[in-house]
Amino acid sequence: MSIPPTPAGPALEFDPPLSPVMRIDCPVRLDYTIAAGREQSRFLRAMSRGHLLGRRCPECRKVYLPPRGTCPRCGVMTAEDVEVQPRGTITTWCVTNVPYEGQVLELPYVTASVLLDGADLPFYFLIQGLPADQIRMGMRVEAEWADTLGPTLDSIRCFRPSGEPDADPASYAEHV
Amino acid sequence: MSREPCAVIGVGQTRHASRRKDVSIPGLVREAALRALDDAGLTFADIDAVVLGKAPDTFEGVVMPELFLASALGAAGKPMMRVHTAGSVGGSTAIVAAHLIQAGVHERVLTVAFEKQSESDAMWALSPRIPFQPTLVAGAGGYFAPLVRSYIQRAGAPPHIGVEVAVKDRLHALRNPYAHLHMEGIDRAMVEASPMLWDPIRYLETCPSSDGACAMVLASERAARGAARPAWVRGTAMRSEPTMFAGRDAVNPRAGQDCAQALYREAGIDDPRRQLDTAEIYVPFSWFEPMWLENLGLADEGQGWRMTDEGATALGGRFPVNASGGVLSSNPIGASGMLRFAEAALQVRGMAGEHQVDGARNALGHAYGGGSQFFAMWIVSEERP
Ligand SMILES: [Zn+2]
Repeated sequence: MSIPPTPAGPALEFDPPLSPVMRIDCPVRLDYTIAAGREQSRFLRAMSRGHLLGRRCPECRKVYLPPRGTCPRCGVMTAEDVEVQPRGTITTWCVTNVPYEGQVLELPYVTASVLLDGADLPFYFLIQGLPADQIRMGMRVEAEWADTLGPTLDSIRCFRPSGEPDADPASYAEHV
Repeated sequence: MSREPCAVIGVGQTRHASRRKDVSIPGLVREAALRALDDAGLTFADIDAVVLGKAPDTFEGVVMPELFLASALGAAGKPMMRVHTAGSVGGSTAIVAAHLIQAGVHERVLTVAFEKQSESDAMWALSPRIPFQPTLVAGAGGYFAPLVRSYIQRAGAPPHIGVEVAVKDRLHALRNPYAHLHMEGIDRAMVEASPMLWDPIRYLETCPSSDGACAMVLASERAARGAARPAWVRGTAMRSEPTMFAGRDAVNPRAGQDCAQALYREAGIDDPRRQLDTAEIYVPFSWFEPMWLENLGLADEGQGWRMTDEGATALGGRFPVNASGGVLSSNPIGASGMLRFAEAALQVRGMAGEHQVDGARNALGHAYGGGSQFFAMWIVSEERP
């Protein structure tokens, strides 16, 4: 079985006929300023003080971290700041071993979904402090803060094993 | 709700490859479009409107490419429309085109989807640099690998399932002359020996980066009269959900389940496992075959991997999946969803050549995109609805 020839179709006409352009360099840049928004600004200011500030939905009572101005489930504005603990449970993870444009971390590195104590959905963090083959679902981890804190998630350098016993699977089953 | 019948009367696709240096982007889409028109026995002059889809503009860095592709697709002076739904876009684009027929707006619509990955960097475009956050997620694999691990844990699936799918789809691709990957001698040992890129996903368990395009000519009942072997659109459905919300099941997303159920309802299918003969499912990482079989209701939850393991999803099996070789063998991202829809149409037209599923009468085409949050599906049939 082979591919049939492409029908010729009507010619695309250029006048005058042009020599082929094989490549052009076309650098593009875009400068912009981001306004973090009300809830995220509060969250980022709390980060620079070493606190994790989530946001609770008044209807479903779920706590979002990073916080959301509105609950994606209920479509209502979140109403209440909630302090979330800088420790939690690994629900799933990935070992990345592929180079890519824009990569910052050295390969291989481990990222995990961590269900922080007091939050209702997991968030991705960098995991360090143990060989990749020892990481597991249910493992308890705690934040290692950077030396200098600022209004950014980079204020948490990574999460490391906390030494606590593994969490009861029932406590995180719905997040796996 | 009454709707006009809609038929696929022409299908065309490019030879997919890592680098189609012989054609520009306009040349690439034109190659697929001319094949589809030739299949339908029509020319650009017969087409009422063009509906185009591709993945986000950041991939090739060409903003609103539909504008500069209009002349290559014979769309000058005609209605032209662009569809955006991330990786599912090839499917959604075909559905928008079908709706233009079903709504009675047009008689013949040309629908086209493409990606020229050699002129883009999808890995860069999909490794988001979110303000105020470290860059952690490496491309699509970095996002989907943890979900695959969750699936393996939840289903208690043995680790070789991903390897089996990777081999099976590449064996299928050997029967498809348009497929990007033709890996003679592919076997489990080769896949197992390939590097672990995003543990638990190995290199040969991922899709390639392809240049390619797909096109279809869709027609009303009147315009389809005289068409040799039309594939009739029996049902279409699209659903989406946010990437992140408390209680979201990203492994078996609600949007996908709802989409499939809406699709079966519209197509008048009560028992998809019995009434469908084959499916082209968007599987960019091998483990997504069993995951989507469950999401589509074609296997019970936690049991999809057994269908793969029993060989049911291989050509000659009881429910062949991705007889064309699927996304694992050709991945021009924006076109990958339309290729699923088009291959489903080829199957029920009996025109799939060496990868034909014997006696296929009803086939499912499926696409998904974003963080498993956009879904587009159709069922095509040899029988007019
Ligand atoms: Zn809520």
